[in-house]
Amino acid sequence: MAADGDITGIIFDIKRFAIHDGPGIRTSVFLKGCPLRCAWCHNPEGLSPEPELVLQPGKCIAGCRFCVDACPRGAVSLGESGPSIDAARCVRCGACAEACPTGAIQRIGRTVTAAEVVAEIEPDRIFYVESGGGATFTGGEPLAQPDFLCALLALCRERGIDTVVDTAGCAPAGVLDRVAELAGEFLFDLKIIDAAGHQRFTGGSNRQILDNLERLVSRGAHVMVRVPLLPGVNDDPASLETIGRYLEELGGVTGVALLPFHRGGGRKYIKLGRRDAFAGAAPPPPERVAAARAALERHGLTVQIGG
Amino acid sequence: MNERIRALREESLNAVPRISPERARLVTEFYRSAEARRVSAPVRRALAFRHVLAHKTVWIGDGELIVGERGPAPKATPTYPEVTAHSLDDLKILDSRPKIPYRVDDETLRIYRDEILPFWQGATQRDRLFEGMTPEWRAAFDAGVFTEFMEQRAPGHTVLDDKIYRKGMRDIQAEIDARLAALDFHGDADAWSKQEELRAMRIAAEAIVIFAQRHAARARELAATAADPTRRAELERIAAVCDRVPANVPRDFHEALQAYWFVHLGVITELNPWDAFNPGRLDQHLWPFYRQGLADGTLTEAGARELLQAFWIKFNNQPAPPKVGVTAEESGTYTDFANINLGGLTPDGGDGVNDLTFILLDVIEEMRLLQPSSNIQLSRKSPDAFLLRALRILQTGFGQPSIFNADTIVQELTRQGKSLVDARCGGASGCVEAGAFGKEAYILTGYFNLPKILELTLHDGVDPNTGARLGPATGAAATLADFDALMAAFERQVRHFVDVKIRGSNVIERLFAEHLPVPFLSILIDDCVARGRDYHDGGARYDTSYIQGVGIGTITDSLSAIKTHVYDRRALDLSGLMELLRTDFAGREDMRRLLAEKTPRYGNDDDAADAVMRRVFDLYVRAVDGRPNTRGGTYRVDMLPTTCHVYFGRVTGATPDGRKARQPLSEGISPVQGADRRGPTAVVRSAAKMDHLRTGGTLLNQKFLPSLMAEETGRRKVAQLVRGYFRMDGHHIQLNVVDAATLRDAQAHPELHRDLIVRVAGYSDYFVDLNPALQEEIIARTAHGDV
Repeated sequence: MAADGDITGIIFDIKRFAIHDGPGIRTSVFLKGCPLRCAWCHNPEGLSPEPELVLQPGKCIAGCRFCVDACPRGAVSLGESGPSIDAARCVRCGACAEACPTGAIQRIGRTVTAAEVVAEIEPDRIFYVESGGGATFTGGEPLAQPDFLCALLALCRERGIDTVVDTAGCAPAGVLDRVAELAGEFLFDLKIIDAAGHQRFTGGSNRQILDNLERLVSRGAHVMVRVPLLPGVNDDPASLETIGRYLEELGGVTGVALLPFHRGGGRKYIKLGRRDAFAGAAPPPPERVAAARAALERHGLTVQIGG
Repeated sequence: MNERIRALREESLNAVPRISPERARLVTEFYRSAEARRVSAPVRRALAFRHVLAHKTVWIGDGELIVGERGPAPKATPTYPEVTAHSLDDLKILDSRPKIPYRVDDETLRIYRDEILPFWQGATQRDRLFEGMTPEWRAAFDAGVFTEFMEQRAPGHTVLDDKIYRKGMRDIQAEIDARLAALDFHGDADAWSKQEELRAMRIAAEAIVIFAQRHAARARELAATAADPTRRAELERIAAVCDRVPANVPRDFHEALQAYWFVHLGVITELNPWDAFNPGRLDQHLWPFYRQGLADGTLTEAGARELLQAFWIKFNNQPAPPKVGVTAEESGTYTDFANINLGGLTPDGGDGVNDLTFILLDVIEEMRLLQPSSNIQLSRKSPDAFLLRALRILQTGFGQPSIFNADTIVQELTRQGKSLVDARCGGASGCVEAGAFGKEAYILTGYFNLPKILELTLHDGVDPNTGARLGPATGAAATLADFDALMAAFERQVRHFVDVKIRGSNVIERLFAEHLPVPFLSILIDDCVARGRDYHDGGARYDTSYIQGVGIGTITDSLSAIKTHVYDRRALDLSGLMELLRTDFAGREDMRRLLAEKTPRYGNDDDAADAVMRRVFDLYVRAVDGRPNTRGGTYRVDMLPTTCHVYFGRVTGATPDGRKARQPLSEGISPVQGADRRGPTAVVRSAAKMDHLRTGGTLLNQKFLPSLMAEETGRRKVAQLVRGYFRMDGHHIQLNVVDAATLRDAQAHPELHRDLIVRVAGYSDYFVDLNPALQEEIIARTAHGDV
């Protein structure tokens, strides 16, 4: 078996001074790839487990040919409307994106070793100590790369860096058990209790998700449940009541973070050229958020707004 | 605030800055006298000071509690023709310029034409100064390689300690008399010089007492005719306070504030020193008076607040003495940089925060005035509540208070040779400058344009703007075979211009010591009385001269771009790069973006870039640090720009980091505007790789969106960010909390945003008063918080 540091995975971002993904000042690592297809996904660039090239010809500079010159396989050509990439020749090496000075070609996703990721987490250690922060692994779905995630968690533990895993919980129970051995805390997404509704809006069953949540709680893990408040999906009194009753019966979660829907993902859909099913949705008004909070609090839950 | 304070504040906000010829007239009148021509220089200055204070208009406004104005009325701003005589054209420019105008009426123009200019033209300190400079100095100054602080204002840059709360002017005069009596005219060759200086100090001490007594008399006159019995009682109380201080030690809170205010007015009337004057650790100085007043029932908390608010307004009534030309560019503001320190350490190393600290923070928030500036001195020992209270004020978008690392300042000052206790009693003044309060003359000599020197290096010492040779020939670009060769040439150019600058500053120091001693300021700063030497002549216990490096972000990114693309990747050669710079990247936006985007840049915690920053910083410190000045002290570096990065940018062509010609340089030690992409922890990590302990101050600006700091949890994370930076010895951080949309709206509708105060660079200013280039630059600074 490879040493933890050598295990590779694919990530699409590392964000420092992340302050909404767990306690204190954190560095968030975004692992690429997710088994669910939630209609409202805020990080659509994290869905595919493969690197992707994104083109924004509007950013091109007249006369610039860096991408064409950089491609080792002659896959990039320049036309009237900017660069185009011949999919048959392209091997997604990213040389064109690397050369592009404006971000008109961007590569989303890079393969890295766990040691390389931890080297990017470590510099802010002084702030983790000062704030009770650390590293958060999110995505995508971090559990979808279990060996890589476990390596990251183990390396952080060796270095005394606190860890949080932000997950939708959609993974085999064995994976969850391995991760729970190493992670400091979980941020666990809970969207819809109703099985049919879950299937319809996320493309996946919630059977395993709910089992996993129960499994984590029963083994005494620190779990903060995150409930995205989604217009037309789960913001009606009945859905909230179901979530509240479920969590009350479950018991043992640290608290509930209610995350009102926002349009932060909208621009990304445009960039990726994908359809945004929630393009027309509006963020819930404050009174709706307050009502949702009250609905959950009625079940004796500690509720905060936002991460 | 109560009705009285509201009215006084409104009056101060509405008063229009204007030029008052009164001081110029009185000084000129005295200088024409036989006495002025007969006596020694220090005595001449003391007598001129006394003449002004004995004859200038005494102003006591309706409802005022703390009294005294520098001019004949609030915001009536005096001039200092012995330093620089504004020409009639200068005055007309001041009256009509769109930003930071000072109204000049016809009578003032007439007085200048008939009385002031005929006497002073060609005979001012500014004339002497420029005459005393070498051609190399003049050429470098004209090209914008460096600026000169003393060409229009006097050296000042100092802060008061707790002296005046322990000693009255009568006590100081007694000390002076003892020193005079002990002079040894047989064994001490300097006895006569000391005698003249001590006599001058004695006259200056007397002058400020005369000034206070004139206020006492005026208050009594007003009391006699006051219809309202409450106001009559207040005026009688004011008269009693002015009789008492500063002649004697203050006995209560009111007397302590009034004593400081007279002393402040004395310092800024004697000359026009940089950074005005400053009470330093006001919370610690006033604390005994506050506690005692509450204990004996002579003071209430509300009463203390009202007096402090009245005191605050007095600062706002004193706009900076107007500058013209280059100096107006580098510091275009009404702010005169009095910067009140809160918290910090006590002399024995304990936590200096007390109840009054929090009351003063309330006053700062409630008064929301341009002046005075304020800062908190945060030590490891300071409670979090202190920092969080300050962040709550910053969250309102008012660029005060700024945040300093008290522990780092102690280390900086002790490294320079100050005693531990003197260092603990120090703090920051002006923008970010560390000093030992009450014991140090720490004089900023001018800004130093590091990117311009790279431009000169690439052109073998010739300024491409003019074709004139300014520096030594250190090799044509083609001969600079590798990055080390380029750095060696750059270092030689830096050392050359530091030499030129220091030679000039050493002359200027002597000109001030010789022609414009400051006997009044000298009695306030240890050990001028004990040594019988003037503040300008090495009388202070510590004497430091600073040269302030500007553009560290721009120079780092530029050198990093050359290293990356020319020497490492060999994507282009140096002559190709220089052609791009010469043409300002015309038609080569692709190359400009390549240089800007594909270069390791400062501010991202990228060791490749930050190592270049350290190399530049180290060679700059090596060129300056420890070199002797003429006052028995040494030269040191500071890293701050005020607004000079805009002026320096305008004289500097395109730079290899993709910056277009004439655009502002980076400010302070902040990254180039927009170059930082990895968030604020990466910025402060990069900044902390500079060895702050070898400076006398650095300035780091961070813009945050209001949403980040709107709630306690967000403020706590910002507080932790600050604490983390300070654990790494960061000297100072200032937070601008305002969103870009608000700033854009203020540009479009200035009339709706008159009160929008933003952090500029070491100070705050009304956004609508900033020139458009600076407005753009502030908007361009990366806003963190939209994470």
